[in-house]
Amino acid sequence: MPKLTRFFIRAALIYLLLGFTTGALLLANEGIPFAPQLWALLPNHIEFLFIGWLTQLALGVAFWILPRFGSLTPRGDERWSWAAFVLVNLGMIVSIVSAYVGFPWLGIGASLIQFGGFLLFLIGNWQRIYPPKWLKAAK
Amino acid sequence: MPTINRWFVKASLICLVLGLLTGIWQQIPSLVIPALFPVFLHLLTIGWLTQLIFGIALWMFPVYSKAEPRGPEWLGWGIFLTLNAGLFLRVIFEPLQAISPSILGGWMLVTSAILQGLAGVGFVFSVWTRVRGR
Repeated sequence: MPKLTRFFIRAALIYLLLGFTTGALLLANEGIPFAPQLWALLPNHIEFLFIGWLTQLALGVAFWILPRFGSLTPRGDERWSWAAFVLVNLGMIVSIVSAYVGFPWLGIGASLIQFGGFLLFLIGNWQRIYPPKWLKAAK
Repeated sequence: MPTINRWFVKASLICLVLGLLTGIWQQIPSLVIPALFPVFLHLLTIGWLTQLIFGIALWMFPVYSKAEPRGPEWLGWGIFLTLNAGLFLRVIFEPLQAISPSILGGWMLVTSAILQGLAGVGFVFSVWTRVRGR
């Protein structure tokens, strides 16, 4: 498992914990209301699980198992994917902060940072999505 | 594929079917129950996607040790049972609680929240050290 995949998966596991914790608080509060202000956590709960957990895990595993180049750099220029990791997680942090500071542009900024991260991952790994040699030869 | 992982994958497929059926149900105007929407979402995101990931990750991540390649088996079963028991309680009591609130229903949702939270903690605990190089 390459180092970047370990970073992606461990970050995903942290967001899984955050997402399940916020989700548990929301559900418990729905059952026996004890803190109505907890509903403010709903956007964070969704972001933790969809971007932080599911998407980030998918990126980490994709970086690990997509076809490799038979060279000294089997996964191409890894700097694209490292930058993607940094931006996606920076965007997550900005997004969490934006939910509490009441500055709407910060939320848009967070989404743009994450979008940039996903774009960099796409650029860095696009060429790794190629057919096997036997299929190329058959054509 | 080991027994525990087959249970995870089969349970995730059942949640996929139930989630899709719930989605179809919700599109029939005379049958719509607003409280079914979160059930629909959680059947697909937790019951299907997350549970499938749990099952495959516990199976395929680098081994825990030679003696216990996939970690302690009781922990895997604990994760499976808490996740599915928690989800089951939510599927039953979230719509019921919206239609006819009761103290019992409320505490069942609290129990569901605790069970699902435990499943998440158990999974992270189980795979954290397996996220490593060769």
